[in-house]
Formats: sequence, structure tokens, C-alpha cells
Amino acid sequence: MKINKKLRSALITFAIVIIAFLLCEAGINKWFGDGFTLKFSEKGLLVPICAYIVLAVSLNLIVGISGELSLGHAGFMSIGAFSGVVVATWLERAVLTIDAAGKTVPFFSDTSILIISIIVAGVIAAAAGVVIGIPALRLRGDYLAIVLLAFGEIIRNVMNCVLVAVDGSRMQFALKINEGSAVAFGSGAQMVINGAQGTNNKVMSVAFNNERFIVGFALVLFTLFVVLNLINSRSGRAIMAIRDNRIAAESVGLNVMKYKMMAFVIGAALAGMAGCLYGLNMKTVTAVDFDYNMSIEILVIVVLGGIGSIRGSVIAAILLKVLPEKLRFLNDYRMLVYAVVLIVTMLATNSPILKNLWALLLRIKPVAAAAEKIAKLRDGVTGRFSRKTPKAEKAGETK
Amino acid sequence: MTESTKKRLVDTKMVPLPSTSIVPERDLGKRPVLETRHLGIEFGGLKAVEDFNIAVGPTEICGLIGPNGAGKTTVFNLLTKVYQPTTGTVLIDGKDTSGMTTEQANRMGIARTFQNIRLFGNMTVEDNVRIGLHNQIRYGTPAGIFRLPQYWKAEKKMHERSLELLSIFGMQDMADVKAGSLPYGAQRRLEIVRALATNPSLLLLDEPAAGMNPHETEELMQNIIKIRDQFQIAVMLIEHDMNLVMGICEGICVLNYGRIIAKGTPEEIQQNPVVIEAYLGSQKKEGEA
Repeated sequence: MKINKKLRSALITFAIVIIAFLLCEAGINKWFGDGFTLKFSEKGLLVPICAYIVLAVSLNLIVGISGELSLGHAGFMSIGAFSGVVVATWLERAVLTIDAAGKTVPFFSDTSILIISIIVAGVIAAAAGVVIGIPALRLRGDYLAIVLLAFGEIIRNVMNCVLVAVDGSRMQFALKINEGSAVAFGSGAQMVINGAQGTNNKVMSVAFNNERFIVGFALVLFTLFVVLNLINSRSGRAIMAIRDNRIAAESVGLNVMKYKMMAFVIGAALAGMAGCLYGLNMKTVTAVDFDYNMSIEILVIVVLGGIGSIRGSVIAAILLKVLPEKLRFLNDYRMLVYAVVLIVTMLATNSPILKNLWALLLRIKPVAAAAEKIAKLRDGVTGRFSRKTPKAEKAGETK
Repeated sequence: MTESTKKRLVDTKMVPLPSTSIVPERDLGKRPVLETRHLGIEFGGLKAVEDFNIAVGPTEICGLIGPNGAGKTTVFNLLTKVYQPTTGTVLIDGKDTSGMTTEQANRMGIARTFQNIRLFGNMTVEDNVRIGLHNQIRYGTPAGIFRLPQYWKAEKKMHERSLELLSIFGMQDMADVKAGSLPYGAQRRLEIVRALATNPSLLLLDEPAAGMNPHETEELMQNIIKIRDQFQIAVMLIEHDMNLVMGICEGICVLNYGRIIAKGTPEEIQQNPVVIEAYLGSQKKEGEA
């Protein structure tokens, strides 16, 4: 009964994502004729939206499920994006094969390169998560948030100094710590990551690519699969128990550090994967793109969707990325309206009065039924004892 | 092993065993499930608990009483390693627990409830019990994420076991309810079930009857005895309800200002002048004043 409820909730989330994907595909491939097509600018949004969904869900794992406020999520995204570009360039230049015409071509197709890069970026971001998590997760609450904010900035500043060039099939790495110092990579070298100027992505075309969107969609499904299954398993329960009451969790034998790390590292790995998808979809991403504003942007998605609600994060990510585009006609007032919409949405989704109104308007039966059930059980429990209490007290008096 | 713990171990071996006078007859000759030796803790010079010696038999129900602020909950926190003692040691099943964490102490067999209820309020009643079963029924995280056969098998076992445990208090109908929305008495009972799920050899109950009406308390007393008989475990409880303490405890230990002032059977305790003085104040002093 209970498992079914959780399963149903998970299935609804998957259904929303799959239907949204099919609608997009219909728009791209003109399945319903010319009337239902996506414009060029709308197509360009699709892959970033996939990345943002993954980011929001992974941050929700850390903030909502594990209950630790993280303000440095963009740092992991940055690590994923930069390592993804490097891995993709290396795969394209160094892993070669000879095709039928006798020409030397990359062994992997663009899509395979993307998939492998995403996996490698996830692993690297997870490693960064371990390195950052071990010292940072000893702290709690506000202190942890500030330390993670600082780590995000450290990652940004380090990425600002990274120089990577490719010379034929050779990758060259350097750190440019002084602004003035010159780093020479040789005449034939092409910059892949040029310090503060960011990546120079020569692997993927910037134009919309349906296969890349499908990979992004698969990444969203993978993220949802991992996070939703984790929540409903032994480890996920432990993570939530530690969030709800740390002392009680310790007293029933849970290893607090282990489960905090687990949530944090899985969140970091997924953020790295999303960052890789995001980075490889762009011609250029710079380290400054992944500053704390980006972290806050992801956090806004999580808060708007509801802390701890995975489905909410998915929907909020889609809305918050589509909305600014749709509001372009407002010109100067665009961000003003955006802010108002944000505030109204927060009020509408979190006020109990409006929630009840929604339930009434839509006549959502499960909500009403659940409330009734709880009320019944409460009455049942208290009622059972309170009905007997007078007798028991009388009996005590006669003694 | 650090120098200080080595020294502590040597020290504890030299001291004579504390009195085991409150262990009931059937547990005599068996190794006590819990033994403390000169247990004490200081908070910035204030001796909250001092020279606390006690032995609890493997199936004993033992009470820890004393006026407010006597250090009863501090003793529980010392036993469960929430605090590390400044002097002395705690032995569980004869094994030294110095330097252990709360989590390790639980794995050694100590489970507890809290004076101020600490449930996982956002989770269902059943999930609360499942967390208690965390170290009893196990499978790895990858098995959980990818839903391998171990997952289904273990989750089924967990479901059955948690309903079985909940049925001790007749709470199996409430399995789907959020723990935070339960009435107060049910929350206290759920805490006991969760503690039992960790398969302890010693159950520490911190004011289990607080906020319960006489009928509920009566029921709780029967349930504590039932739990002891069914699981064959020792129970140690802090309680202010003297009907409960005198009704079910075989041995009682009275604490005042962090020191044990009396140990014995309920009858002995009730007649002990030192205990009466601690609770009601000295008649002599009043006379003098």
C-alpha cells in the first residue's frame, strides 16, 4: 500500500518528464505539422533545461533530503564543465581510427564522446565532492553553507588559472597564476581552456543537435532514477533520518558522516554531469559563469519547487528557464515581472489557505482522503484511551 | 591505544567490583549486561555525575530515580556515549566502551529513548521503525539504487519485522501515518519500538510515562514487562511516576547531586531514610530553622 504510493509518485514524475520530452520531440520533428514547431531560440533552451533539471534535483538531494544548505553547487558544475571539455577534446584528437576512405577520424562519434565525457566528469566531480566534503561536512547549518560558498569561489578562482592546450593529439596543461606571466604551448597548439577566457569548445557544434538533447533527456531520467530510488531505500531513509534528528539517528546506530557524505557526493557527481552537458553545449563557458550567482539560481529553483520535492524541482527548473524567454516581449520590465511571478508562485505553493483552495477547486480526492484518514487514526488512538480513562481513574480512586 | 585510555583501563582493573546487590536472583552468577565503574563527568569543574557504580543483570528491570537535576539523564548520556566520561568506564557485556561513539555503543547493544521525544517527524511510523532496523537487515546502496533482488528481499523482511514490532503496542494500523502527527503517547511508544528494532541487549527508557494518563501508564508497565520477557533484555528506566517504578522495577538506584545515595529493591528504597530526605527534605533541618 505504502510502496505503491511512493511508486505512484515516482511514476508521475517520470511521466511528466517523458511527456515533456515527447512534446519537444514532436516540435523538433514536426510530427503534428508546421503548426506545432519549436523556434530556433526555443530549441536552444532544451539542452540547458535538461542540465538545470539535473542540477536542481541534485541540489535538492543535498538541501532537501540531506538537509544541508549548500551554496557552492555551481563549483561542481564548473568542475564537470571544464573536465568534460578536456575529456571530449582528448577523445576527439587522441582516440583515432581510420575510416573506409583511408582518412584518420575520431574513433567515437560526437554522441559517444558526449556520453563518455559526462561519465568522466561525474567521476571527477564526485572526487571533488569527497575532497571538499570530508572537511566541510564536519560543520553544520550556516557554517557549512558559508564554507561551501567559499569552496565554490575557490573552484571558480582555480578554474580561472587553468590553461589547457591541444597540440595535435597531445594535451598540455598549465596553471597561470600571475596575470602577467606568459605560458607558451608551442606554435601548433590550440587553446582548449584559456584561463579567464574560458573554454574553446571545438568538439561539438553550437547549433541545436537532437542527439545531444536525447542524451540530456537520458541524463535527466538517470538522475531521477538514482535520486528517487535512493530516497526510497535503506541509505536514503538514513539520510532523511539524520536530517530529521541527528542525535536520534546516532542513537539507533547510523553512521552520520557516512550518509551525509553519500548524499553530498552523489549530489556533486550529478552536478558535474550536468555541468559537462551544459559546457559541451556551449561554444564558450568561462569560470565566471559558475560563480555564486549560479549556485543561488539553482537554489531558487529548488526552493521554488519545494525543498525536498523532486517533482517540484523538475517543474520549477523548466518554468524558470522558459519564463524569462517568454517574457522577452516585456523588454525592460522583464526581470521585474519575473520577480513578481517568483514571489506569487512561492506564496501560492506554500500558503495552506491557497493549497486548500486548490484542493477544493480541483477536487483532489487523494488529499482530502489522506487528511480524513489521519484524522480518523488520531481519533482512534486518543479516543480509545480517553473513552476508557474515566473508568481507570475511578478504579484508582476506589483502591 | 592512547596513554590515557591505557591508564584508565589499568585503573579500572585495580578497583574492587561495585556492589551488585540490586541484581535479581535469577541473574546472579550471569555476566551483567551493563556495568559501570567509577563513572563520572565534569562540566567545567561541576561534577554532574560522580563515582557512579552499577551492574544490571541480563533480564533485569532497573529504575534510576532522583530529584530534578540529580543527573539521571546525564547518566543515560554517558552510557550511550553522547558524553564521554571524564572518569571511569562503561562495560557492555563485559566489553569496555571507552572512546566509542553513540553509534558504536548502539551496535554494542544499548538502545534508548529520549526525555524530549526525538522521532523522525517527517517520516512515516513504519519508516521510523525501519531506520531502527538499519543495522539488522542490510543491503548496499547500489542494490537500493538499482533495485537489485537483495533490495526487494530485505525491504520485504523489513516491512514484516517492523509491523511485528509495531504490533507490540498495537500500532500496526498507524504504519502509514507521519510520525510527527501522532499523539504524544503514541510518539513515546513509537520511540520504544524504534529502540527495540536495533536489537539491543539493554533498553534505556528516559521517562517513558511522561505525559501519559494512568490507564496508559498501566498499559505501558505491562508492555515493558512483556518486552523484557519476549526479547530477554534488560531495561533501565528513568521515571518520576513512582507507581510505575515501584510496580515493575526489581532494582532501584537513587541519584542525588550526581551521586548514588541508595541502591536496593523497591521495598528497601521506600523505607530508606536517606531517600526520603532527598525527596522531601530533612525534618531535622526544618526543626532547627
